[in-house]
Amino acid sequence: MTPWSSPIDLLAALFLLVAFAMLSQRRLANLITLYAWQGTILTFSIAIVAYATDSAHLYASALLTGLLKILLVPALLRRLARRLDVQWDRESLVQIPTVMLIGLGLVIFAFNAALPIAAAGHIANHAIVGIALASVLLSLLMMILRATALSQVIGFLALENSLIFVATSVTYGMPMVIEFGIALDVIVGIFILGVFFFHIREQFDSLDINHIERRED
Amino acid sequence: MIMNLVVRQVVQVLFVIVAAPLLAGWIRQCRAWLANRVGAGLLQPYRELSKLLRKQPIVAHEASVLFVATPYILFTTMVVAGAMVPMITTRLPLAGAADVIALAGVFALARIFAALAAMDLGTAFGSMGARRAMLVGFLAEPALLMVLFTPALISGSTSLVVIVRQLAHHGAMLYPSMAFAAAAYVMVTLAENARLPVDNPDTHLELTMIHEAMNLEYSGRYLALIEWASAIKLFVYIGIGAALFFPWGITQSHGLAALPMAYALLVAKLAAAGGGLAVIETLFAKLRLFRVPEFLGTAFLLAVLGLLVRYLFGH
Repeated sequence: MTPWSSPIDLLAALFLLVAFAMLSQRRLANLITLYAWQGTILTFSIAIVAYATDSAHLYASALLTGLLKILLVPALLRRLARRLDVQWDRESLVQIPTVMLIGLGLVIFAFNAALPIAAAGHIANHAIVGIALASVLLSLLMMILRATALSQVIGFLALENSLIFVATSVTYGMPMVIEFGIALDVIVGIFILGVFFFHIREQFDSLDINHIERRED
Repeated sequence: MIMNLVVRQVVQVLFVIVAAPLLAGWIRQCRAWLANRVGAGLLQPYRELSKLLRKQPIVAHEASVLFVATPYILFTTMVVAGAMVPMITTRLPLAGAADVIALAGVFALARIFAALAAMDLGTAFGSMGARRAMLVGFLAEPALLMVLFTPALISGSTSLVVIVRQLAHHGAMLYPSMAFAAAAYVMVTLAENARLPVDNPDTHLELTMIHEAMNLEYSGRYLALIEWASAIKLFVYIGIGAALFFPWGITQSHGLAALPMAYALLVAKLAAAGGGLAVIETLFAKLRLFRVPEFLGTAFLLAVLGLLVRYLFGH
């Protein structure tokens, strides 16, 4: 694994970089593009792990991830954004420097939390755990801070990406059945949420979560 | 042996001075192609410079010595910076003269003189441009230093020569922490060289100009020197970036035989970087001035993240 750990480290760093870019991105169309980039990095890392461990099911997993997260899901999200006519809407979120500072704090926390794992010594690559944990926390932060439903969903999908990333890079993949299950869940989730968005907008005239909260009282 | 070193140094300085306008022309040409225009050709900056050099310079009556001296100071500082960066070879006599922090200081010196000269005449645009340039500069400089600290930590030295040797030894693959530093460095380069998301180099629009506002009162050979200096500045910034993030091809041997190859690789890197810069400038719209702190704050945070990742990976 040694000759292949350095490209995976680099991909992990790029993964975190994209997570930060998503956090600071205001426009939905660019957010979807960044999500596709995250999927690309994920696919490459799975393919490298597959090559390094010479396991056929990881190649299948890389293919599945590539089809799903580079092509299908971004295309679905784009179509959804176009039909809802929100692709060039600007997010009304907290000041970006503040958000980035909070994100930096989360990264420091995640890196520190990953150190005891390294001390335990079970996992060869503790740095990947730290980065994946940081990406998970950043996705959660994105879901908290975003006001519109669609970008919250993208935050959720980024969260799923981070989990897959840590699963493949650290433990060399999950059983094939589980991966198929997750992939199916993601697609079904997107379809259901897509229908849901239209209902939300019909009911409340907006995808802004604040509107929904105000209507209820 | 001494002769050998002197030849290397002189050739690099001459190369930087002569090729800098060509790089500017290449970027303009790429932007023209991307915008579906024919473009003025690669040699246009040389034509502009030679025309400006022949024209009679006009200096206001109220101008002090500072105003006249500044173009020469700008040009000299940029040439000195160009002489100190190991772009082609690590065996450069002047490369040991200053580390990266001193290099950032040289750029700061040039910026301070440019701002002072712009304020010298007391015109509204000059002062406004100077203040804006200082705003951008004071935000970009800490980000630049943080970017430079990451390779300095990896190689254990702030000297560019040691950094380049250490990084070239690592091979073609970037360190994970250097990915963050590279992203931040691109943002700092755009801001420091008055490129598009921060400042539009092509317009003289009153409300948005930063770099151009400082040069409004200059004409003739003074303006030529300032334009030339800013072309060299961009060249040196790309050269530093190439040395930090793509150090392969920078020769470390004593002989002169490896130099032509190193020059060819540097030209390839510069052409690629210029094309990339043109793509960035075509894709992004200019930021409002009040968004610039946000842009450079992001660059700073990315650089800090690079340092954090360096500690996490431990290499």
